[in-house]
Amino acid sequence: MSAATESHTDSHDHGLSDAGYIKIALILAAITALEVSTYYVDFGPLFLPSLLIMMVVKFVMVVSYFMHLKFDNKIFSFLFYVGLALALFCYIVALATFKFFIA
Amino acid sequence: MADVAVHHETDHGHHSSTGLSNNKLAMWLFLGSECLLFGGLISTYMLYRGRVSNGPHPSAIYDIPFTSVSSFVLLMSSLTMVLAVTSAQRGDDKKTSLWLIVTALLGATFIGGQVYEFTTFYREGLGFTTSLFGSSFYALTGFHGVHVSVGVIFLLSTMGIIKKNRITGTKAEVVELIGLYWHFVDIVWIVIFTLVYLIPA
Repeated sequence: MSAATESHTDSHDHGLSDAGYIKIALILAAITALEVSTYYVDFGPLFLPSLLIMMVVKFVMVVSYFMHLKFDNKIFSFLFYVGLALALFCYIVALATFKFFIA
Repeated sequence: MADVAVHHETDHGHHSSTGLSNNKLAMWLFLGSECLLFGGLISTYMLYRGRVSNGPHPSAIYDIPFTSVSSFVLLMSSLTMVLAVTSAQRGDDKKTSLWLIVTALLGATFIGGQVYEFTTFYREGLGFTTSLFGSSFYALTGFHGVHVSVGVIFLLSTMGIIKKNRITGTKAEVVELIGLYWHFVDIVWIVIFTLVYLIPA
């Protein structure tokens, strides 16, 4: 029992505390509010890049902290990011073939 | 440090030759492959979102304030899910069940919102076969909705088996695996919310 408890404590040390996760959630909520504000406020030429940057920041924060990739074995990061990179490459090429990026 | 790492990894059920949990490796591999599925659906939507021969245009039917609230609900469900995982790692079954049910409720709220949105869009003239935009929109958000629904079923089932103490393997790992799936569903929505709803066609 004590070994199990010790082990749980060890695994918990690999992530954040509950307060840390709440802080991350608050940051994510604030970024979401900023994203929504782009619907009401004219960001001009910054509209598209700012939305894409906020999307990527939220994505990476959830994957790194909530999914523990930042604290876990790198093999897990490799498996996930290789899938993601493959998807990005495959579909960016597919969209380019359909001239999606040409205005 | 090495002792701590080994101790941590041996805490989880079956292991591969890497010393890592087979279940966790399989879940990450599955999530990596899911990127390809949703990548295809998102790309198809991006390609066809402007193809509106019949029916309403995206900007005419999207209700951004409503979808923003839904997005916020799903984002907060990720927080409650991670709190369920930390509770399970501490061996606190009561709190684990509590956070799991809160996560399931938030997920069900999100699904309720999606059903309401689909119904409204249908009444406004956007059916599945109305236009290429309609087909790609319903396929993408529908697939995501099915993933959330499956997640809610996972959460409720896990809560049930924890209560009856019928879980096979390490309890904390089972909750963590479901957590990974749930967070993945959340990150897919982060992308959909920006690319589909906030960036106009």
